[in-house]
Amino acid sequence: MRLLWRNDELVCRQVVEMVTDYLEGVLSRGQRKRLDAHLAGCEHCSEYLAQMRATIRLTGRLRSEDLTPQMREELGDIYRRWRAEED
Amino acid sequence: MNDEDRELVERLRAGEEDAFVALVARHHASMLRLARSFVSSAAVAEEVVQDTWVGVLRGIDGFAGRSSFKTWLLRILVNRARTTGMRERRSVAIGDAVPAVDASRFDAAGAWSSPPQHWVQDSDDRMLAQSLSQRIEETLQELPPRQREVVTLRDVDGLSGREVCQVLDISEANQRVLLHRGRSHLRQALEDAVVS
Repeated sequence: MRLLWRNDELVCRQVVEMVTDYLEGVLSRGQRKRLDAHLAGCEHCSEYLAQMRATIRLTGRLRSEDLTPQMREELGDIYRRWRAEED
Repeated sequence: MNDEDRELVERLRAGEEDAFVALVARHHASMLRLARSFVSSAAVAEEVVQDTWVGVLRGIDGFAGRSSFKTWLLRILVNRARTTGMRERRSVAIGDAVPAVDASRFDAAGAWSSPPQHWVQDSDDRMLAQSLSQRIEETLQELPPRQREVVTLRDVDGLSGREVCQVLDISEANQRVLLHRGRSHLRQALEDAVVS
């Protein structure tokens, strides 16, 4: 039974759970081939994969807050106190 | 190790304050973002960051460079944040197994019945991109802390999976599960934002 299941075609509901492992490159060769075969014939899952990639790209564009002048000042103090301890 | 960090670390060891300032400027944003997922207030997160730099200065001579400076730095931060007791030790549980996509969107055979709405092309639009960034920020804040930490380190800070495991002290399998859940959440939030 198990063997039969392994050779079965993937369904979309399984594919969306495998996308991260696919992008991380940790699927086995067999799993990867099954996933590629599914993607080749499924526009919705291909779209889903494209959306995951776009999500990663957009998340990578988030900007964080800059160092505030006050924080810069306090960190300067930390450095000088450390130097004083060292000497 | 990143060449620029390596050079700055050497200069810091040689006693150059400028090198310290440069290291702070390079890593401050990542540190603050990560610290915030451990503590509730911005002020406390800043304390954790400062405390981390104290630890960095004290430990810099012992830093062997086996990992990248950033990984070492963020590990110190995570340890500080956890042990300062500002947040109760969180369980390592990775949360409930929420599906990446709601089960109602598939038919009985597991095929899409409500397929993903298209938005990838639209996300290049500058106006929309800005509101999507906002949406990602909000969704990140709503994620369970562990998912938020992994997604932030991987996708915002650009660390490798292995580095994230070192920083958070989690297994590679856990790292992938957390990444998967976090990214899936974000994708859904973007779809909702564009389609609404």
